[in-house]
Amino acid sequence: MTTRVFVPRDAAARSVGADDVALAIAAEAHAHGLDVTIVRNGSRGMVWLEPLVEVETDVGRVGFGHVAPEEIGGLLDAGMLEGRGPRRLGLIENIPYFAKQQRLTFARCGVVDPLSLDDYLAHGGYLGLTRALGMTGDEVVTEVIESGLRGRGGAGFPTGIKWRTVLGVAADQKYIVCNADEGDSGTFADRMLIEGDPFTLIEGMTIAGIAVGATRGYVYLRSEYPDAFRTLTEAVAIARERGYLGTSVAGSAHAFDLDVRLGAGAYICGEETALLESLEGKKGVIRPRPPLPAISGLFGQPTVVNNVLSLATVPVILERGAAAYQAFGMGRSRGTQPVQLAGNVKRGGLIELAFGVTLREVIEDFGGGTATGRPLRAVQVGGPLGAYFPASMLDTPLDYEAMAAASGLLGHGGIVVFDDTVDLAQQARFAMAFCAVESCGKCTPCRIGSTRGVEVMDRIIAGENRTANLELLDDLTTIMTSASLCALGGLTPIPVRSALQHFPEDFSRPIVPIATA
Amino acid sequence: MGDAVTDTQASGGDVERARLTVDALARLPGALLPILHALQDEFGYVDDAAIPLITDALNLSRAEVIGVLHFYHDFRTTPGGRHTLQVCRAEACQAMGSDALVRHVEERLGVAMGETTEDGAVTLRDVYCLGNCALSPAVMLDGRLHGRVTPDRVDAILNATVEAPAGSTR
Repeated sequence: MTTRVFVPRDAAARSVGADDVALAIAAEAHAHGLDVTIVRNGSRGMVWLEPLVEVETDVGRVGFGHVAPEEIGGLLDAGMLEGRGPRRLGLIENIPYFAKQQRLTFARCGVVDPLSLDDYLAHGGYLGLTRALGMTGDEVVTEVIESGLRGRGGAGFPTGIKWRTVLGVAADQKYIVCNADEGDSGTFADRMLIEGDPFTLIEGMTIAGIAVGATRGYVYLRSEYPDAFRTLTEAVAIARERGYLGTSVAGSAHAFDLDVRLGAGAYICGEETALLESLEGKKGVIRPRPPLPAISGLFGQPTVVNNVLSLATVPVILERGAAAYQAFGMGRSRGTQPVQLAGNVKRGGLIELAFGVTLREVIEDFGGGTATGRPLRAVQVGGPLGAYFPASMLDTPLDYEAMAAASGLLGHGGIVVFDDTVDLAQQARFAMAFCAVESCGKCTPCRIGSTRGVEVMDRIIAGENRTANLELLDDLTTIMTSASLCALGGLTPIPVRSALQHFPEDFSRPIVPIATA
Repeated sequence: MGDAVTDTQASGGDVERARLTVDALARLPGALLPILHALQDEFGYVDDAAIPLITDALNLSRAEVIGVLHFYHDFRTTPGGRHTLQVCRAEACQAMGSDALVRHVEERLGVAMGETTEDGAVTLRDVYCLGNCALSPAVMLDGRLHGRVTPDRVDAILNATVEAPAGSTR
């Protein structure tokens, strides 16, 4: 009898040697005369354990962490295929990091073979679509509204309300656009989902199409994710071949098909109107609103633009019902948030939890503190436009409102941990410099403001007229916040001001010759 | 020097290949980015000789095509090295010492960010997030991601892929 062994194909796992591990298992099993079937699954999200190998046994899947290719022979001798021996972590689903999570969006990720539609179907795949096909578009939209699902890209706008607008506009052609331009540092949930469970995204987009009457979809995927591109392209072809995409979705009267398009390294294309411009073959320059994309979006047609996680959560909402989904969470943040723990942290990874967990629970309980073992000094939540918080604010809950109340943002759910070697004045300067490089140039506060911002920060760091320059920085960030056309210029002041507010000592350091100034 | 290289690259056979690439994609809605990606995949950069092919196929002005070409960080208008090493410099990697990694790589290759080694082996580029933030710092060599990269590991990665010991002359 063959034993199934799972070795992730996720880019993070491959980045620390998963391919070599898979090859070594095949070769050593052959040499040992053992019958092994290797499945290249997605990641479980326990990224610090990669390459994380799982062996299917009578009692469940047993994990082996940090597996190196040269150890495989020894591990097989020690009983790896029976779930015994060194590097053993126990049953994967009993590992506290995993067991404590509430996996809805990522329920199948790491469990299934990402490119097996049969595996997908065997694990509840397309149940949401089946239910949606028996409902009117209006009923599907109502279900999504009642679930409380809000945009997981960062803006937090209610997904179903967006859909209702598109549903209510008459047009010959409507579009579903998936924003997979996951540019925020500290985030990798979109990539992990696409590489680990791509059919979930395809199903979510299909349901969206059926709900609002759109027959075409596009996934705008960043070019920095070549593995995700290959997996998703292959999954789309499989779904099409099996009749889940095309002129008759799952044998119904509905047509829906989609294409995967690559970005080209522009952070601004994560902003939805810049993304639409880019999909149309233009520079990723933002469009002033109104009109909303829901009314005049891609090629001037009504368009739903949703993040990967928003769309990938739709199938479970339709499968289990709005009430089951919105039973998770707190306040106006319903459901679960895939938190991504990154940077200088011992146990980094993806943690899907109901809204309301605190930063401390995530960083200390799950993350185990800093990777360097030095004291934690700052965490940045929500990507490059998110706030830097000091250790004293770790009891802030991770939900949309609590983050906003702390003058920060949840964004796409990324948390980057820094130890006490970080210099927050340099981080504030970096925020301005990043904005200057990535600004699309459409509006003056962002285009000019960020460039002047770098110059002002350089003068502050160099100790030139600090009081006057800090006042100037305050003026500048006020104008950027209130007068920029989109979130890039409008939110770049958040990391700058939070650094200044919580770490003023870094802005008044004794002046030493600074190489970077 | 750039012009000389451009002229040799834009030989008749290449123009024909480029024309086939452009024509194969021209009917896609919003075809310009797919076309630029395809040309860069095929030739390693987008040659000036390809611009008229695109303007003809898509009925765009030269200014529109050049504007898009220059807007996106990915697209090159001159040939790069045989290999491309991207080092992530975004916040998660900063928190794990990417600045020191950048200094090491620049010194080893003898080039600054954005430059190509003299022997044409490696183009060094920075990138703002490779999505490997739980295994920082990260680099990508020819589209292949690497995590938890130390100076020693990046040397090993380069040695394993780059044929000549690039930068060893410096």
